[in-house]
Formats: sequence, C-alpha cells, structure tokens
Amino acid sequence: MAREITGMVERRGAGLWLTHLCMIAGVLVIFFPIWLAFVASTVTQPEIVRPPMPLWPGDQLIENYTAALFSGVNVPVLTMLGNSLVMAVGIAVGKIIISLTSAFAIVYFRFPGRNMFFWLIFLTLMLPVEVRIVPTYEVIAGFGMLNSYQGLIFPLVASATATFLFRQFFLTIPDELAEAARVDGASPMQFFRDILLPMSRTNIAALFVILFIYGWNQYLWPLLITTDPSMNTIVMGIRQMFPSGDDVADWPVIMATSILAMIPPVVVVISMQKLFIRGLVDSEK
Amino acid sequence: MSKFAFGAILAATTALAPLTAAAQTEIQFWHAFTGRLAELLDEQVAGFNAGQSDYKVTATPKGNYSEALNAGIAAFRAGEQPQILQVFEVGTASMMAAKGAIKPVYEVMAESGLPFDPNAYLSAVTGYYTTAEGQMLSLPYNSSTQVLYVNRDALEGAGIDPDTDLSTWQNVDTVLGQLKEAGHACPYTTSWQSWVHLESFSAYHNVPFATQANGFGGLDTELVFNGPLQVQHISKLGEWAQDGKFIYAGRRNEAGANFRAGNCALFTESSAGYAGVKAEAQFDFQIRPLPYWDGVEGAPQNTIIGGASLWVLAGHEPEEYKATAAFLNYLSSPEVQAQWHQNTGYLPITSAAAEVTRAAGFYEANPGTDIAVIQMTSKEPTENSKGLRLGSFDQIRAIIDEELEAVWSGDKDAQAALDTAVERGNQLLRRFEQANR
Amino acid sequence: MEKRVTFKGWLLPLCLIAPQVLISAVFFFYPAGQAVWQSLFIPDPFGLSSQFVGLGNFEYLLGDPYYRASFVTTAVFSTLVTLASMIPALFLAVMADRLVKSAGTYRTLLIWPYAVAPAIAGVLWMFMFNTRVGVVSWYLGQLGYDWNHVLNGTEAMGLVVAASAWGRISYNFLFFFAALQAVPRSIIEAAAIDGARFWRRFFTIVLPLLSPTTFFLLVVNIVYAFFETFGVIHTITAGGPQQSTTILVYKVFSDGFVSQDLGSSAAQSVILLVVVGLLTVLQFKYIEKRVHY
Repeated sequence: MAREITGMVERRGAGLWLTHLCMIAGVLVIFFPIWLAFVASTVTQPEIVRPPMPLWPGDQLIENYTAALFSGVNVPVLTMLGNSLVMAVGIAVGKIIISLTSAFAIVYFRFPGRNMFFWLIFLTLMLPVEVRIVPTYEVIAGFGMLNSYQGLIFPLVASATATFLFRQFFLTIPDELAEAARVDGASPMQFFRDILLPMSRTNIAALFVILFIYGWNQYLWPLLITTDPSMNTIVMGIRQMFPSGDDVADWPVIMATSILAMIPPVVVVISMQKLFIRGLVDSEK
Repeated sequence: MSKFAFGAILAATTALAPLTAAAQTEIQFWHAFTGRLAELLDEQVAGFNAGQSDYKVTATPKGNYSEALNAGIAAFRAGEQPQILQVFEVGTASMMAAKGAIKPVYEVMAESGLPFDPNAYLSAVTGYYTTAEGQMLSLPYNSSTQVLYVNRDALEGAGIDPDTDLSTWQNVDTVLGQLKEAGHACPYTTSWQSWVHLESFSAYHNVPFATQANGFGGLDTELVFNGPLQVQHISKLGEWAQDGKFIYAGRRNEAGANFRAGNCALFTESSAGYAGVKAEAQFDFQIRPLPYWDGVEGAPQNTIIGGASLWVLAGHEPEEYKATAAFLNYLSSPEVQAQWHQNTGYLPITSAAAEVTRAAGFYEANPGTDIAVIQMTSKEPTENSKGLRLGSFDQIRAIIDEELEAVWSGDKDAQAALDTAVERGNQLLRRFEQANR
Repeated sequence: MEKRVTFKGWLLPLCLIAPQVLISAVFFFYPAGQAVWQSLFIPDPFGLSSQFVGLGNFEYLLGDPYYRASFVTTAVFSTLVTLASMIPALFLAVMADRLVKSAGTYRTLLIWPYAVAPAIAGVLWMFMFNTRVGVVSWYLGQLGYDWNHVLNGTEAMGLVVAASAWGRISYNFLFFFAALQAVPRSIIEAAAIDGARFWRRFFTIVLPLLSPTTFFLLVVNIVYAFFETFGVIHTITAGGPQQSTTILVYKVFSDGFVSQDLGSSAAQSVILLVVVGLLTVLQFKYIEKRVHY
C-alpha cells in the first residue's frame, strides 16, 4: 500500500508549498479556539480574567490538569470515561450496522413501502431531542431502562444521517458489480458482505469517527436518565465544573477538563487514519 | 403507618441500598448547582446525613435550572420523581399551578410534627414563595437581591471622591457625567436588566409590576410596568446608553466579567456576585445599596429576590415526607443558614441566621455583605414588593430583554418599548391563565 | 434515484430495514407523536391537566409578527451556516487530498473542533467574544474596532453563524475527504495540474464525482442548521439583540424546554417539521436530478 501512495498526485516545488500554506492557514483559523482553550488550561485564573489573556501557554499545566482530574467530581474520572466510551462505541456501532442494512435494503431491493420507510427514517432528523424529551423519558422508564447502558444507547441509535450517507454511496457503485454477483449466483447477503462492505470502508471509517464523537458528546440525554453517579459520563462531569448561580468560572480547570475530554475522540480519529487512505477500492475498479 | 407502606419502604430501601440499615429512609434531592456551589451543597447534605441516622439524603446534580426542571417533570410523569427539586424563581408560578404535582412545604412541615414557625423566616425572602395568605409553598434556598458595586479606584482616577453619595439615581447621574468627562470607557454597566431595572425597580419604588398584587392575587393578572416611573427610568438609562455612560454587556451576568476586570466603574448585580468580585477584582471595590429615585413617594421600599427555592414533589410515602421535613428543618437552622449566607453571599432565610452572622463579626470583616439583608428587611414588604408570580415568566423576561435592547440601541423610545413589552407579555399571561384554568 | 440492477424478494429487505424502523418507531415516532399531539392543547407540564384548543396554538403563533419575522432570520442563518461550513471544508479536503504524506497531521488538527461537545463550544466562543474582555473582542478593540454583538444584530448573527459552522467544518471535511479518496486515482491524476487549470479541471471533472456526497452534506447541513444550533445560540446571544438571532428552533427550545409552554412549542415543532420536510422533498426532487451517481 505504501508504494501506491508514493508517486500519487503529490505536488512539487511552488505548488506544493502553496498547498501547504493554504492548509496551514486553514488549520490556524480553525484550530485557534482549541489553542486558546489549551492556553487557558495552562495559566492562572487572574491571567485569564484580566484582558488580554495570554496567547502562549503558561506554567500551570500540571497544577490545572491535576485539579481537573482529581477535584469537583463525585465519581472517578475513569468511571466517567468508561461510561462515555461504552456509550459512544455502542451508539457508533449500532448506528452503522442498522444503517448499512437498511440502506442496502432501500437501494438494492424493490419492496412494498420502500419509499415510505426511507422518508420515515429521514423524518427522525427533524425534531430535536429537547422537544420530545419528556415522552421519550417515559418510554425508557416504561422499559425499566433508567440508569442503564441500554437506556443511554437505544434512543440515540436510530440514525437517518448514516442511512442517507450509505444510500448515497451505494448509488455510486457501478451496477456491473451487482450484475456480476447475480450472474455468479451470489446471494444478496454474499454481495453485501464481499463487495459492498469492503467498498464502504472509507465511509464507515468517517462515520465511525463522527458517530463516536456524537455519542461521546451527548449531554442532555444521559443527564436526564441517570441518577446513579456511577453512570455519569465525562461531558456531564465537565458541566459539573462550570459555575452555576452567581458563581464565577474557574476557567483554567474548566478548560483543562474540556481538553482532556477531547483526547479520546482525537485518538479515535488518529487510529482510523489508516482506513482513510485510498487502497483496495481502486485496485478493484 | 400501615403494614403495607412499611413493607414497601423496606423493600425500596433495601433494594436501593442493601448495605444501609433497613430502618433508614432515603430521599432524593435534585438540584441545579455545579462547581463551588455544588460542593457547598454537598457539605450541607453530608452534615445532615452525619447528624442523625434515621434519614439519608442523596443530592444529585441535574444540570442547569431548566435542565433540572425538565428532569423533574419527566421523572414525575414517569413516577420516578425525587422528593425535593430545586426550581428557579421564574418557575414559581408554574410549580404553584401544578397542584397535583407538588406538596406545599407548610403541609409537609405540619404533617411531620416538627416545630415550624413561619414567623422565624424573613418575610421579605420567603414572601416570594408564600401564598397571599402567608402559607409557605417552597423553601427559599438560594436567594439574592440587587446591589451596587463600586470600583473606588475608578472613581478616584476620575477625580471623584470615592465616598461620594450614590444612594440615589440623581447622584449616580452626576457621577456618570463626571466619569464620562474624565474619559472613562465604561462608567456604568448592569447584569440581569429586567430583574434589576424593572422587577426590583418597581418594588423598590412601591409601584406595581403587574396587577392583582403582582400576580399573587390571581391568574388574571396583567403587566403594568409601562407606568410613568418605569418609563422615566428606562429613558434615562437609554440616554446613558446613547451617551456611552451605560455600557450594555448582555442579558445575563456577562457584565460581571467587565466589572471584575476593572473596566467599569459602577455595576448593578446580584448580591451573590460578591465572592466572585472579591476573588478576581484587583482594585478597591465597595458594595452600596441599590440607588433609587429621590422624590418618589415610598422609595426606597425593599428590593425583591431572585434565585431558586426547594419544592417538595407529590406522590411519596409519609415516612419520606417526614425525612424531607427533617432535612428542610435542618437547612433552616441558624447555623446552617449562617454558614450558607457567609460562604455564598446568598441571603439568610431566617432572622436568627442573620443574627448569628452579625454576632460572629462577619459583616465587619466583609464590609458591605449586610447591605442586601438591610435593603430587604428595613421595611415590611407591600403588595408591590413582595415578589412576582407570573406564568411564562421566562418568556416575558425574554420579551423585556428584546424591547430594552431596542432602547439601548436607540431604535425605540422607552415608552414605545415598554408598551410593546406589556402588550406581548399580556398575551402570554392569558395563555397561561387558559392552561391553568 | 433508482438502481437498474436489484435483487429479488421482499422478506429479506424487510428484515434488513426492520431494526432501524423498529427503533425509530419506539424511541422516536411514539414519543415525537405524543409531543406533536400536544400542539392541539395548552397542557400543563406535569401532565395533570390539558386544555384542548384545536388550532389555537397555530393561530396564536401565525398571528404574531415577531414569530413570522423569525422565518426570515432562520432562512438567513441556515444559508450562512451551510455555506460557511461546506465551502471551507471542501477547499481544505481538496488540499489535504493533494498532500497525501502529511495529510494525517492536518486531518487530526482539523477534526478537533468536532470533538468539542456542543455544550462546551458555545462557552468557548462566548469566552473569545465576550464584550470587551473576551480575547478576540479585546484585540479587535486594540485595532480600533468596537466589537459589540450584544447590541449589533449583524455581529451577533456573524458570531452565532461562525460558532455553529465551526465544528461542522470538521464534519464536512471528513466526508469530503472520504469521498475524494473514493475518486479513482487516474481521474485525480488527470486533474493534477498546478494553478488555475487545476481548479478548472476540479470543477469539471472531480466535483461532479463528489456530487452524491455534496448532496448528502447539503441536506444534512441544512437540517443541522435548522435543528441543532439552538444550544450555541442560547449560550452566546439567547436570541438577541432584540430578535436578530431568534431562529425558529431556538424559540421551540426556549418556549418548550426553558419556559414549559408545551402547546406553543409543539405547534412550532409541527410548523418547523412541515417547512423543513417540504424543503427536503424539494431538494430530493430538484437538486438530486443534478447528482451524478
């Protein structure tokens, strides 16, 4: 694979530098708020509240991160990280599986109600959780799923976005592949497993990243349905550090915790990197 | 207690906490505090749990005020509600109207048989949460009122005597002029504009904010804060905004960051902002009473509170209500109240707590912290100053915010803005009346 | 869009689609239906009593000029958020695709904003732009520009658009990048010429190949701008100054979730559902025709 990458469309000379320059400029602008959060997590409160706050990291990194890790939460940070991880992976995997199969059904079959089902799935994008939160809570309570992983995961698993993305992708796959599979006498599921899945690899990777982060960042739903502190997630823990009432914010610790909470999603992105690189897809075309 | 109920409690407690003694009754307290305030709240709860062995309170943070309220509502509809729920003051009318969902505090206390003397409480604080007949519906938990914060260094820098009298808006007007003249970039700013400049302003000058005793008298209340006095005040603020004497920084307490950073000279804000100012201000500051317009009959009356109170929710066992009563009783005790008042800057809810605080020398050590208490209690509250009980109040505040912003930016004059706000707000009140008929 | 080649049978596809439909029915349609049903009532939040008002909530809303005005605000806001999140993302994805070797580093840095929980993103932007004391407003002030989004509606709109589009750039970048990776290498190589000619070829050859992804992102970004941005607005402007950033869903949120006016909030959800539903159907009907599968 490495050989395939070299000798691709890598530019040389001025073009290459211009591209890098564009990239760096873009990254600078987009990364700036994160940088600022990081800087804020390494200085003292007085430095932040008297404008202008510094733009370069200070020397309080260890103090602030220690405070972030060991204070102000009623359960160990590890427990919260663990809960967030289970929830995020559960949601991401669940969504990808049910979306892959439903998109496969919608694109590759003709069956009664196909269009209706597609639109019904699509409709789930269009009502924010906050609006239907009370009835949804009643459903979960009815199933006895309060304070459980099922309760955290199930209501968030139905995803129109992922189904729509796979539909879009499946439609771009040349008809010849399905034709050939049919001629070879392959069953629909064999075609799904041997052709569609490998081809969807890049999209699955992108979706996994997006859905993992989506699950990781859930706040309102876990807040409502968990009362047992051992089920708290990390984002709930962070919000616990925000000031309430007329209190003032302890910015360095808040920012340190926020940065810590971003690390797992970023690790997921990095570990998914390999899947993003153009490989098998091309050689099969 | 019936055998059945006892069995149910036994089953419930053993199921929830198999390791605790079966006789202990556990109750849930859902609150909206985070950060330092949540830690102080946890200390109170721990103190209660350690002080006796019959009951155990579990405090659970449920996000911010609106998230906690929604959590409580959702849980109630599913039969999973806590015994105690912290609700912000703007939700008072909604909670009060939900008769089947709440159990009034006076009832809880009466049934428990614990000593409960309504007269021990500061009526200016509890009045907000009592019926017109004086029955306490919810227990004030965190209450604060508006005071004036002064950056003494800024006054001095502008050649103004930092001890100058700022008790009236007339004097403030003069000082703002001097500050502006001296080139100060932010002579005055405020947080919570509707709360400070209309709600409390009306009470402080003993004029009605709404009819029917500000809503205490019935759901058919109508807004009347477009009276001449309020219009005059808002127009003055509008003038100041146009002249760069009043710098508007946002609907909530965004202005606090400006004052604490030393940018602004005068600042009206909640008395509970004291701890933050003390922690961050690198200048000499002072707390003064909220100014009033000299010459207005009855002014200064008393200001009104903001914050949140604890509501007891319906649908629990008698034994659990007994535990709840014991906890509320503990929260009202002079020592706990005094501690809370001193640590947070929130108002004490009993006069005994204020006495304990005074006796401990706290007010001498922290000058200005008693101003809020004095301001609240110097006069017996009137119909106009007891508090506000308006449905959809949060939406009404949003409307007021919108209209006031039109005044600050010069798009509307004060009369037109307040007239519109009253008209739009009244529509919401009529809807609320319909929902709770 | 229809595939020419399909498999036979109806039982298998029904089984394949069943999990999603079932979960949606139980955890979405049933509760959402209940919420929507409330649009015909003025209910008490605790579910204790309810006044049937028929279409009263709708009459009340549509008769309110302030509510009608927020349709325009919503249209402006959604258009800006969609454009501000898609165009930079596409540009950066193309650049990253050209820099195969070092793309990993850039990609990692670019995805961070999406890793910021929406609950925190608003606070972060507020932190930067707080009147006079926020770090960006302070430096703007030093440059002689008085940043004042609390009274200047245009600045407020700019700020909530930037804060809403920010994390979304990462999202769009990731999908554009994934799509570029699926474009056959030979085509990319053919377009791989420096300068202006690169962009001309990009628009004529590569972009059409990206159209399924672009269409997907267009639809989901519009839906995002409509339905998922109220948290950021709540933290940064609370809909102000005056009504300049009060978009439809923010009002649904603040009336329903904050103020417990469930009847009005449900009626607003229905109106919103109809508006966005129509918009989506139109997109599928007209824009999808131009998509090359």
